[in-house]
Amino acid sequence: MNIVVCVKQVPDTWSERTLRESDSTLDRDAADAVINELDEFAIEEGLRLAEAHSGEVTILSMGPQRATESIRKALSMGADRAVHLVDDALAGSDVLATSAALAAVLSQIGFDLVILGSESTDARTGVIPAMLSERLGVPQLSFASKVQIDGNSITINRLADYGYDTVEATLPAVISVVEKINEPRYPSFKGIMAAKKKPVQTMSVADIGLDASQVGLANAASEVLSFAKRPPRQAGTIVTDEGDGGSKAAEFLAARKFI
Amino acid sequence: MAEILVLAEHDGEAVKKVTLELVTLARRFGAPAVVWTGPGAESAQARLAEHGAAKVYVAAGPEYDEYVVAPKAELLAELAKQSSPAAVLLANTAEGREVGGRLAVKTGWGILTDVVGLDDDMNAEQVIFGGAINVTSRVRSGTPIIAVRPNTISPEAAPGEAAIEPVSITVSDAAKQARITERVVQQRDARPELTEASIVVSGGRGVGSADNMALIEKLADSLGAAVGASRAVTDAGWYPHQFQVGQTGKTVSPQLYVAVGISGAIQHRAGMQTSKTIMVVNKDPEAPIFELADFGVVGDLFKVVPQLVEEIEKRAG
Repeated sequence: MNIVVCVKQVPDTWSERTLRESDSTLDRDAADAVINELDEFAIEEGLRLAEAHSGEVTILSMGPQRATESIRKALSMGADRAVHLVDDALAGSDVLATSAALAAVLSQIGFDLVILGSESTDARTGVIPAMLSERLGVPQLSFASKVQIDGNSITINRLADYGYDTVEATLPAVISVVEKINEPRYPSFKGIMAAKKKPVQTMSVADIGLDASQVGLANAASEVLSFAKRPPRQAGTIVTDEGDGGSKAAEFLAARKFI
Repeated sequence: MAEILVLAEHDGEAVKKVTLELVTLARRFGAPAVVWTGPGAESAQARLAEHGAAKVYVAAGPEYDEYVVAPKAELLAELAKQSSPAAVLLANTAEGREVGGRLAVKTGWGILTDVVGLDDDMNAEQVIFGGAINVTSRVRSGTPIIAVRPNTISPEAAPGEAAIEPVSITVSDAAKQARITERVVQQRDARPELTEASIVVSGGRGVGSADNMALIEKLADSLGAAVGASRAVTDAGWYPHQFQVGQTGKTVSPQLYVAVGISGAIQHRAGMQTSKTIMVVNKDPEAPIFELADFGVVGDLFKVVPQLVEEIEKRAG
């Protein structure tokens, strides 16, 4: 089984994230770069499914040169190979262009299963899995908290507010996974050494049959007009409990008409 | 006046509050035309009319509940073709965003997600990076597809006809690939849904155990609130994952958010920073969550919370 896991390099949640003054895109230099947290669950799920169904895992990442760090990490976890879609023309792409570019790569390299994290911690749009499903014309099995494959058929638990739905489809398919679907492994020393020798194919916009006029910031269907640091909230009232903390909290709630 | 398509979220009977919020918002830009899939439109019609819906497109077929997302996107694309709306509004829920994403691919129109405000030119306000930055953005190609965060505005009454217009569109086979075979309802308590609730009470690491989450539930119930949890709590298995508030969980924006035993790491703040009023109980006066607090109590939650519950119940008396 040919499994492709899409991996996005994002700024670390724990470092200060900001946009660039010049073009309102993510300032990638300002923050430490890491694999999107939810993508680690996607990689782990891909590895487990590959182990159980004698498959192979390809990492697909679209991003600047620096994304190779994240690609190497994914390979050191155990993925077999990687495709790095890297092209200056892609900078600032919106979700339409990003999904078009990823879909173009996927069509070219082929897949039985595409796995993604359910959203990225930077843009947090959560729409790419659905958009890939739409573009590729294959079933959308998103927000999976459990995945089972039996021959050609795939079943997931799709997490919802009320619990979950059991969803069935036939491969090939696109799935997105939620946190806690598994416990992502740490790269072993052996894995880290092996990753250095694994093949990473780079592809450009031209390689995937797209034109620079279809992607990138200038061609995005949406744009950032302005941004500003969110002003800090007005300092509130902080009291130390001296046996009446609960009562004081109740008074506050009453004053604000919550009770 | 151009139509604004609003995809309804509902439980087959009652319309969800967020849809009434969207209808309220839509009135500023055109005639709100609600798109209702599956059963229940008749029972919700009065509520929609009260909030100013001009029209309710009803596609009552069972396919919309039997297959994941794709049939709804197909329906919206078809209606959009027929009515040339000025915008399509969706709830920024898991499903709303996915429908919007598919619609964007079908139409080539731009999409904005997690929008917390719209000005008169339909420029959208978003809050990104864990609440650190406010962004104003707009769709510049095609009809704007906008997913709005629940609780962004309050639903307001205004008369509307909410005239039901049945839609007969055949769902294509292509949209019927991911079939829902079973719906498993795990928790059906009386509490409001997390993202819809006006009040949310969340517990964090300081709560200490799964059993102690009962204290959080008790406070929530005294306020008619939903229960949330920090990642520490869901990671430890003290409370189910779907109640996690934060960057990799739910984003909430209630009138009142009560954080109990939560330190307020960026991961958590990302999910609750736009709450209107924030109350904090934490024993550590240095906890960063106090920076967000309108009212904070530094103290032992096992003493403060029971007293608070008692006071609330006394007042409700």
